[in-house]
Amino acid sequence: MASSALARTIGGWFTKAPQQAVAAEQAALRSDRFRLEREGDWTRLDAIVTRMESGRMRKLSDEDLLALPVLYRTAASSLSIARETSLDAALVAYLETLTQRAWFLVYGPRASLWSWFKRFLGGEWSAAVRGLGFDILVALALMVAGVAVGWLLVAANPEWYYALVSSGFADERVPGASREVLHGTLFGNQDQDGMSVFAAQLFSNNARVSILCFALGFAFGLPTMLLLIQNTALLGAMLWLYHGQGLLLDFIGWLSIHGTTELFAILLAGASGIHIGRAMAFPGNASVLDAAATAGRRAAQVMTGVVLMLIVAAILEGFARQLVDSTPSRLTVGGFMLVAWTGYFFAFRRGGKA
Amino acid sequence: MAIALPFRKGRAPRTPLDHEDRRRRMVITPEGVPLPFLLASRGARAAALFLDLAMIVGAMIGMTLILMKVAEGVGLDVEGKNPAAHAMQALGVLWIVALFLFRNAWFLFFELGARGATPGKRITGIRVAARASGSSGARLTTEAVIARNLVRDIELFMPLVFFFSAWAEGSDTDLAGWAGLAWFLIFAFFPFFNRDRLRCGDLIAGTWVVEAPKRKLEQALSTGTAARGTSAETGAQYRFSDADLAVYGEMELQVLERVLRDSREEAMRDVAQTICRKIGWSAGSGDERAFLEAYYAQLRARLETGMRFGRRKANKHSS
Repeated sequence: MASSALARTIGGWFTKAPQQAVAAEQAALRSDRFRLEREGDWTRLDAIVTRMESGRMRKLSDEDLLALPVLYRTAASSLSIARETSLDAALVAYLETLTQRAWFLVYGPRASLWSWFKRFLGGEWSAAVRGLGFDILVALALMVAGVAVGWLLVAANPEWYYALVSSGFADERVPGASREVLHGTLFGNQDQDGMSVFAAQLFSNNARVSILCFALGFAFGLPTMLLLIQNTALLGAMLWLYHGQGLLLDFIGWLSIHGTTELFAILLAGASGIHIGRAMAFPGNASVLDAAATAGRRAAQVMTGVVLMLIVAAILEGFARQLVDSTPSRLTVGGFMLVAWTGYFFAFRRGGKA
Repeated sequence: MAIALPFRKGRAPRTPLDHEDRRRRMVITPEGVPLPFLLASRGARAAALFLDLAMIVGAMIGMTLILMKVAEGVGLDVEGKNPAAHAMQALGVLWIVALFLFRNAWFLFFELGARGATPGKRITGIRVAARASGSSGARLTTEAVIARNLVRDIELFMPLVFFFSAWAEGSDTDLAGWAGLAWFLIFAFFPFFNRDRLRCGDLIAGTWVVEAPKRKLEQALSTGTAARGTSAETGAQYRFSDADLAVYGEMELQVLERVLRDSREEAMRDVAQTICRKIGWSAGSGDERAFLEAYYAQLRARLETGMRFGRRKANKHSS
C-alpha cells in the first residue's frame, strides 16, 4: 500500500501537473469530481487559446476553431458552477482567467488590419461619410460662411488681412502687392523640389487643422466650428487679395489642384468633430459616454479616410501642381478630384451600412 | 437610513486584504457569467507606451539607414534635376508616407490581433478591451481600436511636436509652446481624473485597458493521501470532529490554501500551531503539511456541504 503511494508520488513528479491533478479514484469531494469531469475541456480550450494568442492561427485545425465557442461556453458555465459549489480558490481563479481569455477571442475584433482595410475602401468609408450627412451640411455652411466673412472683413478694412492671415502665409502676398508678384506666386514654380514641398505639406497647417477639428469635437463641437470659420476666413481674405488684381480664377485654379481634396478633407474632419459634439450635447436615450463612443467610432472611420485624403493632397501639391502650369488644366485636375471624391462618397454604395 | 452616494453604488464592501479592489470591475458576459476585470495600472500603461515608441523609432531609424546604405551602394543620388533624381524623390515620398503609416499601423495591427496588445503592452501584461456598457460586456470592434489610436495622436504627439517646434523656433512663439505643453499635460493626466482610468481615446472609442493575466491550472489540494487524513510520513491519522471544523470559515480556508500552495515551512508551522491552539489539539512537530492538508480537505468538505444546503460561513466570526 505504502509502496504504491510512493510510486504514485514519484510518478507525479514526472507527469505534468494539470493532467494528473485529480486522479479519479482519489476524488473524495464532490467539487473535485466535478473538476475531473470537465478538466479535459478546460485544458483543450487553454491550448487553443494559447495557440491563438501567439498568432499561430494557421496551425489551428478547423475542428478546434469550431470548438472554440462551445468550449468557451463550457468554461463559462463551469465557472458559475464552481463559484456556487467549490471552495478551491485556485480553481475559480483559473477558470476566471481562462473564461476571460476565451471571451476576448470569441468576442474580439472580427477583422484583421488588412481585411478591414479592404472593407473600408470598398464601401464602409463612404457609408460612414454618408452617415454624417447632416453634420457635413453644417460644416459646409460654416466653411462658406467663413469664406464670406473673411472676404467681407478684408474688403471693408484691409487691416483685417494681417489679423486673419498668419505671417507664415503672408510672405509677399499682402494687400497692395503688385499683379506681377502675385502672378509669380501662382505660376512658374516648376523648379521646386517636389519632395520638400510634399514633406512640408504633410505636416502643414491643414493637416493640423483637420485633426484638431476632429479632436476638439468632444468639447461639444464648438471649437471645431470656430476653427472651421477661422481657417476659411483666411481663405476668403486671400481670395479677396487675388481678386483685387484680377487673378481670382488663376488663384482658384492654383488652389484647386490639391485644394479640392484638402478642403474636402477639412470639411469631413469638421463634420466628424461636429458629429461627436452633437452626440455629446444631445445624447438622446443613451448616456453621454455611450453616445460619444458610438459617434466617436463612426467619426474615427471618417477620420482614417481624412488622413488618406491629406496624403493624396500632399502628393498632388508636391508634384502635380509643379507639373501642371496653366489655369484650365489645373481647374480640370481639381474639378476631376472633386467629382471623384463626391462620386465615391455619395454615389458608390456597394455593401456596407453605416 | 444611510445615504447611498450615487457614484459608489454597487461597489462591494472592501475587505482589508483586498489591495486591488479599486481597480476591479465586474463585467457580465453575454452568457450571463460575471467576470472580474482588473484595470491596468497607469504605470504599466505608461511603460507600455514608452516601450512601443522605442521599438517604433528603432525600427524606423534602422530601416531608413538600411535603405540609405542600399541607395548609396547602387549609386543613386537624390540631388540634381535628372530623371533618376526625380524617381528617387518619388521613392522618398513613398518612404515618408510609409513611415507615417507605420506608426499608426503598428498600434492598429497589434491591437486588432488575438492578444489585443502591442508588444509593449504584451511585456507589461495588459491589453485593450471593450468597455462594459452598463455592466454587460461588449465586443471589441475594429472601429473602436482605430478610434482610440487616432486620438492618441492628438492627445500626445501633436501637442509635443507643437511644443518642441515652438521651443526650437525661439521666443516669439513662447505662448504657443506653453499652450502645447498645457494641452499635453491635460491629456496625459486625464486618466487620473476618472474612475476607470480612461485616456481620452478610450473615452471616445469605448474601450479600456485591463490586465491580461494567465494562470496555470493548479493541482487540487484535496486529493492527496494526506488529504484523506493519513500522513504519508508518520502514518498518523488526522480526523477532525465537526466541532473542530466549525471554528473556521471560507476566508480562513482560502488563507490555508494559499499557505499550502506557497509551501513555506515556517508559515505552515505557524498556521498549524494556531489551528491546534484554537481547536485544542496537540499535533507533533515535523508533520505540519500532512496535518494542514487533512484539515484543509475536511474543512472544505464541510463548508461545501453547507454551501449545497445554502449555508455559508464567510469567516470565523460568522456563525
